[in-house]
Amino acid sequence: MSFIRFFKTIFMIDFLTGLIMAIKEIFKPKKTINYPFEKGSISPRARGEHALRRYPNGEERCIACKLCEAVCPAQAITIESSEREDGSRKTTRYDIDMLKCIYCGLCEQSCPVDAIVQGPNFEFATETREELYYNKEKLLENGDRWENILAANINADSSHR
Amino acid sequence: MAELFVFFEQIYRILFLLIPVLVSVAMIVWLDRRVWAFVQKRRGPNVVGPFGLFQTLADALKYIFKEIIIPASSNKVIFILAPIVTMTLALIAWAVIPFSEKFVLADINVGILYLFAVSSLGVYGIIMGGWASNSKYPFLGAIRSAAQMVSYEVSIGVIIINVLLCVGSLNLSDIVLAQKDLWFVIPLFPMFIIFFISALAETNRPPFDLPEAEAELVAGYQTEYSGMMYAMFWLGEYANILLMCAMGSILFLGGWLSPIDLFPFNIIPAPIWLILKILFLFVLFALIKAIVPRYRYDQLMKLGWKIFLPFSLIYVVLTASFLMYFDLLPGN
Repeated sequence: MSFIRFFKTIFMIDFLTGLIMAIKEIFKPKKTINYPFEKGSISPRARGEHALRRYPNGEERCIACKLCEAVCPAQAITIESSEREDGSRKTTRYDIDMLKCIYCGLCEQSCPVDAIVQGPNFEFATETREELYYNKEKLLENGDRWENILAANINADSSHR
Repeated sequence: MAELFVFFEQIYRILFLLIPVLVSVAMIVWLDRRVWAFVQKRRGPNVVGPFGLFQTLADALKYIFKEIIIPASSNKVIFILAPIVTMTLALIAWAVIPFSEKFVLADINVGILYLFAVSSLGVYGIIMGGWASNSKYPFLGAIRSAAQMVSYEVSIGVIIINVLLCVGSLNLSDIVLAQKDLWFVIPLFPMFIIFFISALAETNRPPFDLPEAEAELVAGYQTEYSGMMYAMFWLGEYANILLMCAMGSILFLGGWLSPIDLFPFNIIPAPIWLILKILFLFVLFALIKAIVPRYRYDQLMKLGWKIFLPFSLIYVVLTASFLMYFDLLPGN
C-alpha cells in the first residue's frame, strides 16, 4: 500500500469526496417528471388502449373482415357479424379481452379501413376484471372520445405505411 | 388511590414519549426516502399530504389491511414473537434517553449500560425471525445479521469505555453535562467516526446491509413476513436507527446542549437541540445509503475485528494515559 493510498484510507478522502458530490446533487434540478400531474410525451405510434373509429358521417368503419381476429396472437378479439338491412356487412359483436391482449399492434396493422386502432391512452386500470372485457359500445365510445388524436396520429404515421 | 395515581402518571409519561417517537419514526422513513431520491435526482414520495409527509402513514395503513401469512412449516409462536420482540426492544431503550436536564423517563444511574444491553438484545428478534421462518434465505440472513451485530457491538462497547473514561459516570445526563465545555466529538473524533460506522453496521444500514442483501437473500430475515408483522420489523429497524443517532448525539455531540452558550442559541429549548442533532446524524445515515456500495462479507468482518477493535482499544489506552498524565481524570 503506497503512502498516498494509506493517507486516503485513513482520512476517508474518497468517501468524503463522494459525500460532497452527493450533497451537491441534492440541489440540482430533478431528472424525473412529477408523473400523475405531469406527463411525458407519447409517440404517435404508441400502442395503448384500443378504439373503434367511425367515418365523419357517423358510420362505423369496421367492415367485419375479421382480419384482426385472425391475426391476433393472443386470440383476444371475438367478432360476430351479420348483414344489415341496407346490405352492408357490419359487426354485431366486437369484444376485446384487454387482459389477454399483449398490445402488439397487429390488429391495427391488419385493418384495411383503419377501424381498430390503438390510442395514446395507457391509464385505464380498473378495480375488477370484468371492466376490462371491452365490448363494441365501449370501443366505439373510446373512438369517439379520442378521434382527434387518433386521426392526427394516423396522419403523422401515414408516410411510413 | 395514591398508587393508582402514580400508575396513571407513569402511563401518561410513557405515552408522551412513545407517541412522538413512533410519529418521528414515520417521518424519518419519509426523510430517508426523500434524501435518497434527491441524491439520485428523483423526487421521492411527494403526493400524500404536504411534501408527501404522510406517505409512511399511508403505507402503514396498507400494511394493517394486508393479510398476515404464517408459513405452514414455521415455528408459529416464535414466528409471531419475533417482530414483537424487535419493536419492543427498539422502543424500551428510549426510556433512558435524556431530552433535557429534567425531561427523562427513567434517570437510572447505569443508563448507558441499559442502552447497550437493550441494543444487544435486538439481535434476538432477528435470530428468532430468521430461525422460526424455517426457510433458507431468512436463516442465512439471520446468521449474517447476528454475526455482524455481535462483531460491531464489541467495538461500540470499547468506544463507550472511551467516553466513560472522560465522564466518570454511567448516567446519560451526567455524560451530557460533562460536555458543557467541550463536546467529546473534538477530543475523541476518531472514536466518533468509528462509532458512526459501527452504528451503520449495528442497524444493518447500507453499506453493511448484508442481512437483507436483495440480490442474494431476497429480504434476509424478513422474507417470510407479511402485513403488519413486516411493518413491525420495519418500524423496529427505524426506531433502532433513531436510537443509534440519539446515542451518538448524547455520547459525542453534547446531547441537549446548545453549541455555544450565547443569546440566540440558548433560548432554543433543550429538546430541540437534541432533535436537531439526531436529525443531522440521520441525514448522514441517509446520504451514506445513497452513495456507498455494499461491503463484501469478509471485508465487513475484517473491518470490524482487525481494524476497528484494535484501533479503539489503542485509543482507550491513549485516552486513559492522557487523562492520567495531565491529572484530568474525573472524580479527582
